[in-house]
Amino acid sequence: MTDPNAAKNSADHYDTIIIGAGMSGLAAGIRLAHYDQRVCILERHYTIGGLNSFYRMGGRDYDVGLHAMTNFAKRGTKKGPLAKLIRQLRFRWDDFKLAEQIGSSIRFPGVSLDFSNDIGLLENEIAERFPGQVDGFRSLCDSLLDYSDMDGADERFMRSAREVMAEHISEPLLIEMLLCPLMWYGNARENDMDFGQFCIMFRACYLEGFGRPFKGVRVILKNLVRKFRGLGGELKLRSGVSKIHVEGGRAVGVVLDDGTELTATRILSSAGNVETMRMCDDITEVDVARAGKLSFIESISILDRMPQSFGFDRTIVFYNDSDAFHWKRPDDELCDARTGVICSPNNYIYEDDEGDLPDGVLRITTLANHDRWCELPEAKYQAEKVRQYDLAVASSVRFMPDFRQYVVDTDVFTPKTIRRFTWHDNGAVYGAPTKQLDGTTHLPNVFLCGTDQGFVGIVGAIVSGISMANRHCLQP
Amino acid sequence: MTPAEIRDEILDILEDISPDEDLDDLKDEVAFREQLELDSMDFLDIVMELRKRHRVQIPEEEYGELASMASTVAYLEPKMRDIVKT
Repeated sequence: MTDPNAAKNSADHYDTIIIGAGMSGLAAGIRLAHYDQRVCILERHYTIGGLNSFYRMGGRDYDVGLHAMTNFAKRGTKKGPLAKLIRQLRFRWDDFKLAEQIGSSIRFPGVSLDFSNDIGLLENEIAERFPGQVDGFRSLCDSLLDYSDMDGADERFMRSAREVMAEHISEPLLIEMLLCPLMWYGNARENDMDFGQFCIMFRACYLEGFGRPFKGVRVILKNLVRKFRGLGGELKLRSGVSKIHVEGGRAVGVVLDDGTELTATRILSSAGNVETMRMCDDITEVDVARAGKLSFIESISILDRMPQSFGFDRTIVFYNDSDAFHWKRPDDELCDARTGVICSPNNYIYEDDEGDLPDGVLRITTLANHDRWCELPEAKYQAEKVRQYDLAVASSVRFMPDFRQYVVDTDVFTPKTIRRFTWHDNGAVYGAPTKQLDGTTHLPNVFLCGTDQGFVGIVGAIVSGISMANRHCLQP
Repeated sequence: MTPAEIRDEILDILEDISPDEDLDDLKDEVAFREQLELDSMDFLDIVMELRKRHRVQIPEEEYGELASMASTVAYLEPKMRDIVKT
């Protein structure tokens, strides 16, 4: 690795090495391979997808994280993130064929707000339940930043979302209710949200809405990998990067867990900001306090019937059992089930020729503490999975019909599982609270993409990969 | 390439970038931005496709020359004159 010119001509030299085969890394890889770069994606896990992966167990297909894809758009839409990524990656709309949600709800004690992919429904619901607030809600909608303002340059980006909301809405309960889904689906910061992130999530969830591919996240991942490989891209699984080798202030390549050395002109990492810094061999101490803390457990129930057969047609229910919404890591407990998300993949409007999913499924997500889960000895860990499943389900059935007698199989994933799939510190689902929006690092040829760069969620991660590839890796 | 061939090539690139767009009524004198939903990412793609397909290099400070079909063809004509259409 000492002579950069010799390295450039070697068979192990890449124009760009991408760390992580999640949504952002795969999308970046497609962009670069399309423009004839020699690209290699390195993934530590034995499968692709990172946080949005999938698995098969007991004869059933499961998604790791997917509830809904946000940023829904109808076929042929020209604006918005979904249209953007389809164009940039040269996909067809059919490759991302999404079924729309039936409808979702925000449920707090004694009050519920329904919403769908038509913002008019939420507006009507607010007019009915909070009659004095609907004008404020409309003016809040008018004050949202546009996607083109999302590079962080706008000074409003870093404002407190709670503060901005309070300028428009005077009913605290409505503020809590509106924040609940947005924080659940994409806020790495505890208690409050950056206004910029609030605008991204408000557009993604309320203005664009939810959709899901009939066969789940595997459809999207398989399309991404097929396209990447078809363009000559290389994907190496079970190939964790242990070190980014730095010489003279530049990264020259990586060393894999098994000692293999690869050189590259530049490196694009979706491993996370702190996690990437830790790999760089010119850095001795990493400020781990900057890693995100919010992680979840997910309690999955397979039912012997469809949720609609017992009167549950909601796609997603975001619930909270008091008037104040607590968005923080539980410090003293394994989990905090006071708030949660209930999702049924059955409750989407699939096409007639797609039919129904094979089983009724309910997924419940609640907040969890990574360190406490990881401290548990194995036997205790298994026992707690069962106990915390029961607690999460017991909490959720206060906000939906009790389904416990219909359950035929269960699975639970914990922050420990998330860490295994993503290798992110603390099993942090939405990454670090402070985003590195321009994707730069202390090295001139190492860049970030994925959750710690900016947008979160499936569409957000793909857009992150595309925009960081365009900005840092493509231009001559 | 003749100016007409360059125009066809640009149309082909636009078709590739934006397959749902109807390009039959494209007005050469009107900015792409006004007729098509193109943003800076799409303009980067035009530049990158020209480089990929024809090894034409366009420096970043000259991206503005690609505003409309007419200005693009005029700008590319000297750069692509010697390229043989395949």
